[in-house]
Amino acid sequence: MKKLKIKPSTRSSFTTYAIVTAAFIAVQIMISTGSASNMFKGLLIPFCVYSIAAASLNLTVGILGELSLGQAGFMCIGAYSSAIFSVCTKDTITSAWIRFPIALLIGGIFAAIFGILIGIPVLRLRGDYLAIVTLAFGEIIKNVFNALYVGYDSSGLHFSLTSQGDLNLAPDGKMLINGALGVKGMPQDSTFVIGFVVLLLTLIILYNFIYSSTGRAVMSIRDNRIAAESVGLNITKYKLITFGLTAFLAGVAGAIFSHNLSTLQASKFDYNLSILILVFVVLGGIGSIRGSVIAAIVLTYLPEVLRKLNSDFGKYRMLIYSVVLIVMMIFTSNAKIRGFFAASFAKLKGLIIKDKNTPAKEAE
Amino acid sequence: MAFLDYLINGISLGSIYAVIALGYTLVYGIAKMLNFAHGDVIMVGGYVIFTMMSNVGLNSYVSVLIAMAACTVLGITIEKIAYKPLRQSTNLAVLITAIGVSYFLQNIALIIFGEKPVTFKSVIDLPKITLFDGQIVIKSEAIASIIVSVVIVVGLSLFVNKTKSGRAMLAVSEDKDAARLMGINVNRTISLTFAIGSGLAAIAGALLCSSYPVLSNTTGAMPGIKAFVAAVFGGIGSIPGAMVGGLLIGVIEILGRAYISPQLADAIVFAVLIIVLIVRPTGILGKKVNEKV
Amino acid sequence: MALLEVKKLGISFGGLRAVDDFSVSIEKGDLYGLIGPNGAGKTTIFNLLTGVYKPTDGSITLDGVNITGKSTIEINKAGIARTFQNIRLFSKLSVLDNVKAGLTNKYRYSTATGIFRLPKYFRLEREMTERALELLRPFELDGDADVIAANLPYGKQRKLEIARALATDPKLLLLDEPAAGMNPKETAGLMNTILTVRDDFGVTVLLIEHDMALVSGICEKLSVLNFGQLLCEGPTGQVLNDPEVIKAYLGE
Repeated sequence: MKKLKIKPSTRSSFTTYAIVTAAFIAVQIMISTGSASNMFKGLLIPFCVYSIAAASLNLTVGILGELSLGQAGFMCIGAYSSAIFSVCTKDTITSAWIRFPIALLIGGIFAAIFGILIGIPVLRLRGDYLAIVTLAFGEIIKNVFNALYVGYDSSGLHFSLTSQGDLNLAPDGKMLINGALGVKGMPQDSTFVIGFVVLLLTLIILYNFIYSSTGRAVMSIRDNRIAAESVGLNITKYKLITFGLTAFLAGVAGAIFSHNLSTLQASKFDYNLSILILVFVVLGGIGSIRGSVIAAIVLTYLPEVLRKLNSDFGKYRMLIYSVVLIVMMIFTSNAKIRGFFAASFAKLKGLIIKDKNTPAKEAE
Repeated sequence: MAFLDYLINGISLGSIYAVIALGYTLVYGIAKMLNFAHGDVIMVGGYVIFTMMSNVGLNSYVSVLIAMAACTVLGITIEKIAYKPLRQSTNLAVLITAIGVSYFLQNIALIIFGEKPVTFKSVIDLPKITLFDGQIVIKSEAIASIIVSVVIVVGLSLFVNKTKSGRAMLAVSEDKDAARLMGINVNRTISLTFAIGSGLAAIAGALLCSSYPVLSNTTGAMPGIKAFVAAVFGGIGSIPGAMVGGLLIGVIEILGRAYISPQLADAIVFAVLIIVLIVRPTGILGKKVNEKV
Repeated sequence: MALLEVKKLGISFGGLRAVDDFSVSIEKGDLYGLIGPNGAGKTTIFNLLTGVYKPTDGSITLDGVNITGKSTIEINKAGIARTFQNIRLFSKLSVLDNVKAGLTNKYRYSTATGIFRLPKYFRLEREMTERALELLRPFELDGDADVIAANLPYGKQRKLEIARALATDPKLLLLDEPAAGMNPKETAGLMNTILTVRDDFGVTVLLIEHDMALVSGICEKLSVLNFGQLLCEGPTGQVLNDPEVIKAYLGE
């Protein structure tokens, strides 16, 4: 009973593109008919930012099998580098259609450079070093940007780690980064349409990566490092490529984020943000790109709705997320518990459909 | 003189890192996991002491003992509920769970004690030492930290090498399955490891909060990570290594803060981690472990 | 000149001399057996040959190239592939992808080619799939191409490991206890497969095995290892009747 033969990988990726596109169209209809609330409209760009950040983190967590806790740090680098570019060029490059794509690329490239710099010493090692180093990296990036003063005048760029006064700017000088006060004056280039396009591009990049020779090599390393080496796969190279791509996309997400703000402050990119994105990945399913996008959107929208119903909810949100992390991991990783659920699920399924041929499933 | 002052501060802070690093090193050596929640157990210990002293009005030393008991129970509970079900799973699953536990403790503390940091009253009630006609003043907390850490390192080394339970810990760290075949109760040994590590975290909490008397729900996070760096620096799995690594990290941090930049002190510590990982991933006193193929 | 020339190979772990003064010479096309009691150092020799361990002494030459102390990856590229005593598959990947992972270096295209789906991507992926199916066929695994490796029955998992190793186009194939856990019927089938692999793929085979039916059935030459040292070597029939060998296996 062979129908049209579509590869499961193709089916999985195109289903995701279709879902995201359908959601986009639905939102556009809602906006044009006036049925979208202001709160909802305000969340559209964050939806895209978090979806991109979560889907790209899933590349490192689900496909590579390494834990990165520095997603906020990479977003921070992307946000700052792109914001500075836009602030400096908004008078010379007046078209947002040219300026913003360049800004996105700059955000991504800077983040990727940092990702690779961290990855080179850490990814060649076995053990849990990536988690701790990325955690530290995220904190340091936040602290450094919080204390960083950058300005420019006719004599060039000035840097300081102490105060604005230390910059000794000439009277014609202009501040770029004003310590904890951050960056001001970014053009508001982020729109939902651009956010959607970048999200779709991100998904295409991720799926194409996973279903390529490189992605296969990365998953081989995840499943069995020693066997992967025995067939000649260069472990460090593949890990670096994957981690670099994750950082790049996080940087792009940060760039979209910063061009949606009037003031960009480093304190927004704290540890909580990295954990939040990890929660999206875990709840959406480790290794499932589609799941990450759905979880990012649902878990960005739901708390806002709940906050409206009960102002105390905000206090418990992070606590709930921590419990979610623990419970999800125990339920999906403990063989006994998983076996129990699989068995009950199979029984249930057997009751509903009498079909013994359950096809195996690959990464979604 | 200023340098000597910084050095003493560094050694004192390093002693606290050493006590925390012992907890990481023991758990990493025996349960083969990076217990991210270890730093937050310090914070819990700090809050228990604070509550006992300020709200209940107990004597500081009794408060520390109660905190030790509370953290020991907490450590064992965390292991039983969160980590034990995952003993056969991937590193990634265990790591994410540990992150979850760490985050859970931070947020529970946030709900109970609020966002505003509290001022911690020192548990050490001893006179300070004045040298060179008052040019150098060594705070009693600094002396206490140094003495306590030395006592703990010596005591723990003796415990691990001389007692039956300690040797069981060594055996489990070497080969869990072989240890089980030799009749060692692996579950109990791992519980014991968590108990010791968490008890030490309470002591570290007392020393840390006495020396730096601001206590909030994230107090344990950064010192925890830096102590992990110290454990890696000294050679993870090694008890003397934790001491050596702790002292070095403490001194590097304080000198970096004083002579390079206060904002970059943390970055310098992590730069040290990266350099260690490049030059000698097994740390100063660590040994290379061959993987079974 | 021999395909594999091992001279005075040795390794120490701390005070333990796991392999000592081991030499062997394997000709192209040989089906060579490495036997010995448990703990004799057979798998350690495989690990030395594949660069998992670096030898303390001695040299390894493959097809005239000195590969002593090279990394696993370099050694695989030089032409040695292996299977493992405790099966190591890419458990969450499909049977087809397991073999295609082994083909990665032979059908190389860049990450960018994959991400942008350039024509080269489609051409090489198609060629890889064809080649992978070709490699699966002698093992009767081509029908299971889409099955996740972890869901395969044990015997098929062992075969898939061999197919994956062959994907790297080795000159020398190392099989670590290929018949472990198989029943006599499965073993008989495996013996045929190994002979087919040697003859059709033109690889030289060195295998570790405890199953004497397999060893005496297909190995042409044997080396016997005991306490990390070479006890005896030669044609199979001769070695198996050697009193020293019998003593090592059965005790005094």
